Amino acid sequence: MSEKRTADAIIVGGGVHGAAAAYYLAKAGVKDVVLFERKYLSSGGSGRSAAGLRQHFGTEVNCRLAKYNLECFPTLEEDLGGELNLEFTQWGYLWVAYADSVLNQLQKNVNVQQSLDIPSVMMTGDEIKKKWPYFNTNEIVGGAFCHMDGHINPQTLTMAYGYAAQKLGARVFHYRPVEKLLAEGGKIKGVVVDGEEWHAPRVLLTAGPWSTPLAKTVGLDLPVEPERHNLLVTEPVEVFECPMVLCLDDGAYFKQLPNGSFFLGRDDQDEPRTTEVGNSAKFLEGVTKSVLKRFPGLAGVRVIHQWSGPYDVTPDHQAIIDWTPIEGLWVNCGWSGHGLQFGPSGGRLAKEMFFGEKTFVDIHNFRLSRFAEGDLFPEPAFI
Amino acid sequence: MSETHDKTIVCRCEEITVEDIRSCIAKGFDSFDEIKRVLRVSMGPCQGRGCKDIILREISAAKKMPIADLDPGTVRPPVKPIKIGVLAYGEEAGK
Repeated sequence: MSEKRTADAIIVGGGVHGAAAAYYLAKAGVKDVVLFERKYLSSGGSGRSAAGLRQHFGTEVNCRLAKYNLECFPTLEEDLGGELNLEFTQWGYLWVAYADSVLNQLQKNVNVQQSLDIPSVMMTGDEIKKKWPYFNTNEIVGGAFCHMDGHINPQTLTMAYGYAAQKLGARVFHYRPVEKLLAEGGKIKGVVVDGEEWHAPRVLLTAGPWSTPLAKTVGLDLPVEPERHNLLVTEPVEVFECPMVLCLDDGAYFKQLPNGSFFLGRDDQDEPRTTEVGNSAKFLEGVTKSVLKRFPGLAGVRVIHQWSGPYDVTPDHQAIIDWTPIEGLWVNCGWSGHGLQFGPSGGRLAKEMFFGEKTFVDIHNFRLSRFAEGDLFPEPAFI
Repeated sequence: MSETHDKTIVCRCEEITVEDIRSCIAKGFDSFDEIKRVLRVSMGPCQGRGCKDIILREISAAKKMPIADLDPGTVRPPVKPIKIGVLAYGEEAGK
């Protein structure tokens, strides 16, 4: 099979950021965009995400980008051709505090959000009980809620971006892992796939935690590490629009999906730091015990299956979106667990950076050199 | 056996027909993992016990590849649906 092994831009990694970048670049008229994915689109961290959509962040730049994401989602299914059901809902997102210090941090975050016209509010335990009588609100000191936030299907979202990019002329290759990047004289030259060189003057690395070993192949160190997280899904029950609820004592969370199923998840510091997606048996007991305390009514609902996926974690739990010291190589990774929902802004930023335009939000904080400079900007609202 | 317009249900959990599977493959979503994510087949309570073999056969026919060479996707625990209360507190407490 002979294929043209050159491109205007090569994207490495078919998660939501790679697929969205392919779409935005192709839509902006870049003629030859090539995306390589090691398995199928969304097979890495993106498709394994709990896919919460939220504007609750504690740093201004994340709030601004999150606001843009929420502007895109309502019409995105149609914008991407309507082939795939994105299952977008806006049933809200509730952060629950069990200690005053945590509540104070939520208040600070909400202050930032409100200053940017994001409609988040603080709630007391009584207000939470009144709005969602099925929650056990004992021990709750309060919470933060945004009614515009919600959920999207992370797999169809990623695939829809890739499919739409293809319709605009991008070449999207599945089951074609990039073996290494190629650079010469400080400039990016392309990538190696199936032992063959593909050449492009610009290469975008959006491979989540796999970005780190790939960047190393051209001598670039990225402080991005995998961290495995688990999730489970239940059988569908009657839809009552239960919002995403995040409990800030042990990190347990739950929400209802548009088909009636529930997602349940919970942090576990003992999980291996790996991209290997095996299953932890102890997760099932830990997460079900914790969630039942908050929502006893779920006891009779059956768990259908569990899975895991890797976050791509940086030291300050913030993404890296920047041109690298290797000319022509840019990166968008390290989202540390909240990246799925930033697909729309990540794709737009990739396009603006490609054309050398002023980005629609100032992303100076996301620069790669902040780690060497010791100028971290920690995101307080990470899960 | 009808090759097109086949309304036979393949996935009973999500009511997906042979025709739906074929049209999904024709759009380019031609691996089991992709069809699962596009149509929700094998995501329901049966976890693919009813539908997976039929879908793999359709992919095999469309791509002219032996079933043995296709990626059959991942089987995830638990093997059968289990109530949340039972997982948390055991069989007796879960009743």
